[in-house]
Amino acid sequence: MLNTILFILLWVAAIAFFSWSVKKIRRNIKLGKDIEIKDNRKKRWGLVAKVAVGQSKMFGLPISGILHLFVYAGFILVNIEMLEVMIDGVAGTHRALADVFGFLYPIAISSFEFFALLVIIGCIVFLIRRNILRVNRFWKPEMKWWPRLDANIILITEVVLMTSIFFMNASDYILQTRGTEHYKEVGSFFFSSFFVPMLQNLPTETLLVIERVCWWLHIIGIMLFLNYIPYSKHFHVFLSFVNVFYSKLDPAGKLENMPSITKEVKSMLSGEEPPMEEEGEEVSFGASDVKQLTWKLLMDSYTCTECGRCSKVCPANITGKKLSPRKLIMDVRDRLELTGKNIDKHGKDFGDDKSLFNYITAEELWACTTCNACTESCPVNIDHVSLILELRRYIVMEQAASPGELNAIFNNIENNGAPWQFSQDDRMLWADELYIKEK
Amino acid sequence: MSENKRKIEVPVMADVFAKGQKPEYLLWVGSAGAFDDRYKKVTRAFVKILEHLKISYAVLGVEESSSGDIARRAGNEMLFQMQAMMNIEILNGYEVKKIITCDPHAFNTLKNEYTDYDGNYEIIHHTQFLRQLITEGKLKIESGIFKDKTLTYHDPCYLGRGNNEYDAPRDVLNAIPSKKVEMKRNKSNALCCGAGGGQMFKEAEKGDKEVFIERIEEALATNAEVVVTACPYCMVMMTDGLKYKNKEEEIKNYDIAELIEQTLDL
Repeated sequence: MLNTILFILLWVAAIAFFSWSVKKIRRNIKLGKDIEIKDNRKKRWGLVAKVAVGQSKMFGLPISGILHLFVYAGFILVNIEMLEVMIDGVAGTHRALADVFGFLYPIAISSFEFFALLVIIGCIVFLIRRNILRVNRFWKPEMKWWPRLDANIILITEVVLMTSIFFMNASDYILQTRGTEHYKEVGSFFFSSFFVPMLQNLPTETLLVIERVCWWLHIIGIMLFLNYIPYSKHFHVFLSFVNVFYSKLDPAGKLENMPSITKEVKSMLSGEEPPMEEEGEEVSFGASDVKQLTWKLLMDSYTCTECGRCSKVCPANITGKKLSPRKLIMDVRDRLELTGKNIDKHGKDFGDDKSLFNYITAEELWACTTCNACTESCPVNIDHVSLILELRRYIVMEQAASPGELNAIFNNIENNGAPWQFSQDDRMLWADELYIKEK
Repeated sequence: MSENKRKIEVPVMADVFAKGQKPEYLLWVGSAGAFDDRYKKVTRAFVKILEHLKISYAVLGVEESSSGDIARRAGNEMLFQMQAMMNIEILNGYEVKKIITCDPHAFNTLKNEYTDYDGNYEIIHHTQFLRQLITEGKLKIESGIFKDKTLTYHDPCYLGRGNNEYDAPRDVLNAIPSKKVEMKRNKSNALCCGAGGGQMFKEAEKGDKEVFIERIEEALATNAEVVVTACPYCMVMMTDGLKYKNKEEEIKNYDIAELIEQTLDL
């Protein structure tokens, strides 16, 4: 009875705190510029199935792709077992589903154990790759202590959660064979049976403790993990599905239009007065801070799991430039988190006279070739190029601070219709003295 | 077979239109195609192919202006939209329906971005056009001048990742008797030449290496004798790379149009 109350109370608390955290993130994302993404729902669901659920882009790097599949599929399937845990926890029963499923039950549990094993293998290899092999993309400058620790916390937690299942099941089985009260005979489970010899000589009391501790460790571990996720890069386990749904559907080469400028340019070309700005309408060209970015770009930052595939393929990053697409996305998230905290503390109109440019330098932004290798490689369809473009637009149009060489190009295009300083009248010179062999 | 040379008078839209004719295709030359010494050769090669196959085409000539691709990517949206709207006014004035271009950047901008300002055309990259001619049997390549040569193709970002066109250039190359070899990073994984987004017109940011050197090293590692491109910027960068490696004598850098021009011996 006491256990049941404790169990229910813990879950209520865990879910309440989780909802509170998620609401914060949702509020932060909604600080972004409002845009409507409602087109092509069919295509979007297709993308969710392929890219998010089907993990299609993960296999660009086959080893990480397969290991990630172990952890992803394993973790989801293992947690089907949570259903029984919930029933047992609330009803005070033990392995309530064993009677329902009969001889299938040990098979089901054994297969969950198989998936748990996959998760453990995946996580351990990941830990080795990060900490011992030191795979380059996990040791770039933006991977400071917290991103590295964050990743390790996640991986170790998953190993602990999964290992507890094996010890729980193994001790459970031994208790069954000893006819211990409450531990009805449901049979042995394939993978945990390998742990049986290790525990076999322990007294019943100790086994009872192990079984119960592992059970609670698993439950409380999952509750804690759930509440850790919103404060971690691990939030991708939820947001990647949503973020992929809201993917850019246009060809990667197309950049976002700015209708506000279209109005101005049209009036300039037709020689009319530019339209008056509507009262209260704050027009900024490009973005200097998170509130001027679209909510989708802000969602991108919360979806990023810092895998670094973008930076691994970025031509600028490969050749030692400061630009790292992953860092930019992490910067947006850091800035957005701080903006959110400031709102919590000082109210919604608070400004801290900082901007994204306190995080991101012009040097990083100008190194981008807009080649879209980053967006192509991102497993959750983050749009780094749009972010870079918005910041460039601000530098050029609001600050008039573009690099001198680019200013010269702009002048040339404006004055003679080409980035080079050639007269537009010379645009046909290439065709001079052009001959073809008659056959 | 007699080998007389005929002078090509490239048809200019203003003249053609004044005569009441409407050519089937507009050839968008692009700033690089008109002014860059290296890429002018590609424009000339492609025009020769058009003439050889008696394609109905014209160019805008002095009425053409920068597509605005660089301006937009460098953040100058105002300038981009001005360029776009001026070009669209001219294109629409001539009732242009189909546009061919050798420049993937113009291809992308005209195809995907001009649509926001009432510029709606069918845009065809020259590699797509050449493939179509080959498929239809209008363009036959019988020459074996590249038979013993190994070719490697560098994907331009704005044709490949930007617009998912990886096959057309490869299909054209496959129609040319020759050996083909892929670079380690190809198609959607291809490494950029380093020129896009306005980079070609400025010094690169501080780093360990220039992007074009990284890319040319990859091309050289294939032991190909010809590095094939389909973009004016890629052409500049790959040529620079070959010069940097002192390989410009042994290894050639050609646009796909130039390969066709040579196989047809125009």
